[in-house]
Amino acid sequence: MATQSPVAPGASSASGALFAIRPGEITQAPTRLQSFTDAAFRRLSFLFACGTILLVTFIVFRITVSALPAMRHDGLSFLTGRVWDPNTGQHGIAGEIWGTLYTSILALVIGTAFGLAAAVFLSEGYMGQAIFGILRGFHLHLHPFWSQVPDKIEDLLKQLIELLAAIPSVVYGLWGLFVVIPLIRPACNWLHLKLGWMSLFSTDLSGPGVLPAVIVLAIMILPTITAISRDALTSVPPKLRMAAYGLGATRWEAIVGVILPSASRGIFGGMVLAFGRALGETMALAMLVGNSNQISVSLFSPANTLAALLANNFPEAGPKEVGILMYAALVLLAITLIVNIIGALILQRASRGAVE
Amino acid sequence: MGMVDPFAGVDFGQLEHSLRRPRTLMDFLLNGLVTAMTLSALVPLFSVVWMLAWRGGKRLSASVFTQLPPSAMEAGGGFGNAIVGTLVMVGFAVAFTVPVGIMTAIYLAQNRHSKLAEVVRFAAKVLTGFPSILAGVFAYGAIVLTTGGYSALAGAVALSILMLPTIVLTSEDAIRMVPSKMKEAAIGMGATPTQTVWMVLIPTAIPGILTGVMLAVARAAGETAPLLFTALFSNYWLWSHGHAQLMRPTASLAVLIYNFAGVPFENQVELAWAAALVLVLLVLAANLIGRSLSGRQVQQS
Repeated sequence: MATQSPVAPGASSASGALFAIRPGEITQAPTRLQSFTDAAFRRLSFLFACGTILLVTFIVFRITVSALPAMRHDGLSFLTGRVWDPNTGQHGIAGEIWGTLYTSILALVIGTAFGLAAAVFLSEGYMGQAIFGILRGFHLHLHPFWSQVPDKIEDLLKQLIELLAAIPSVVYGLWGLFVVIPLIRPACNWLHLKLGWMSLFSTDLSGPGVLPAVIVLAIMILPTITAISRDALTSVPPKLRMAAYGLGATRWEAIVGVILPSASRGIFGGMVLAFGRALGETMALAMLVGNSNQISVSLFSPANTLAALLANNFPEAGPKEVGILMYAALVLLAITLIVNIIGALILQRASRGAVE
Repeated sequence: MGMVDPFAGVDFGQLEHSLRRPRTLMDFLLNGLVTAMTLSALVPLFSVVWMLAWRGGKRLSASVFTQLPPSAMEAGGGFGNAIVGTLVMVGFAVAFTVPVGIMTAIYLAQNRHSKLAEVVRFAAKVLTGFPSILAGVFAYGAIVLTTGGYSALAGAVALSILMLPTIVLTSEDAIRMVPSKMKEAAIGMGATPTQTVWMVLIPTAIPGILTGVMLAVARAAGETAPLLFTALFSNYWLWSHGHAQLMRPTASLAVLIYNFAGVPFENQVELAWAAALVLVLLVLAANLIGRSLSGRQVQQS
């Protein structure tokens, strides 16, 4: 059965027509036009859904095809070569691969430490407890207005950390150039002077370098880790938490012994996704990492990453160099796709595990 | 009857809640550490906001909105054309993405458990973490090389690839959140599936869908990497010789910040900060509008 007129809200009540049943109209089967529209609409939405998959395949296909000539010409030595010199026609991205992985791993370590701390802080009731304590000092904790404050402030803090993700990466790059580098430079050069025999501090920080890039990168991936870890922590069944406290665990014994292990899969998935984001991050690194093709473990030496290499060389590339850059793009695509697929799979399994 | 002491063997001293006990001391220290680390995570945010307000606000005036970027050593100038360029490219990206995104979301919400829906959802999730520079590389290969030049169109295509997954995933959520009662009522009244979708599901889900669109806009407006070698940059207005030059290189705020941050001229650096302030305000406005809309939707109880 289908009404001929569309079921718009308020359409039938316009003139008291609600009860004026006209039999021919209400018992009518869908007209041919309506059945046709239905079928067409269903097909159309199906096509668009397929389009999303096609788009992903087409992107991979397009980049691969553009990279093929360079792949044939340079082969695998492209991945292991350490020289990038357009004048001699030598192209190798080992330095960029190293720089990409090195900065991303360091940023992941720092970002996870702070991001997980923030997630624990926001999910285990710290803020609520602190503000509740303050309110109790003023005997306001039972007041209908003031007793809402702890939740509101915890929510505000969560939103502030999410705002970190909203700031464009080029603005972080600008901030890194004019705030982070001048700020850390004296400390870095002091470390180099005193502990220069350690390979980590074996060069001085003359401007852009690994450490400023890592600091900014860690700030950029922190909101991802906090958001996903917090979701994982809050979806730990309350029974587990209560049982731990009931057995006499202190808050940290409960967190380390019970809550973190049961949320570990979600946290790990979030870390992998954040790692994927760090690998592909471009602007902050192009501005802060120094764009120098060298392999060094020093935190203060300039380096380069795949994404920064693309950003710096693409605008002025000639036809031959475009092919080589496409090869580098394909390598970056492969690395990030693998990392992202692993992350998405882990999170999918984690959320299924939570439902079951 | 011999009474058994239920507390036999319990060392009450160990249960004392005092900082002299290693257990509670450890707890106290770790609580302090977590609090300190959370608060220090917010320091960069305040530092960025402070620098933007201080260095960007200093240079902000009406003229930066109406003038063209200065060349080296030149005083004054502004970034009016970059604001227009950003808005136009994001606008075109929205126009490309919203129809595709909503139709895909409808398919996903209507065929929630089908195999194809799972694959599409997975593809969208993978695309969310897609490096933005690769969207630029793709648009370069697909548009710039085929049309023979840098253009606003290529920039818009690159941005729309980044917007699509956000719009698809949030719209699907919004459509699924529509109370099943409303859908059942529509079908019970005799509406065809198409009528149900367009007259009940979509109107009810509009706030959620708009949230997704605004969040995607916020992300796209701040992107630099995909525009670097698709739209490039331009020192001139998009609108010249009587019509919009969509197939010419186009300025954008993000690329202007990148270009001006690295030059040794004080005037350009000041303009970069002012442009960063404008860009962040633009992005935050889109973000806040999106968030405020998300609370408006009638949801499944």
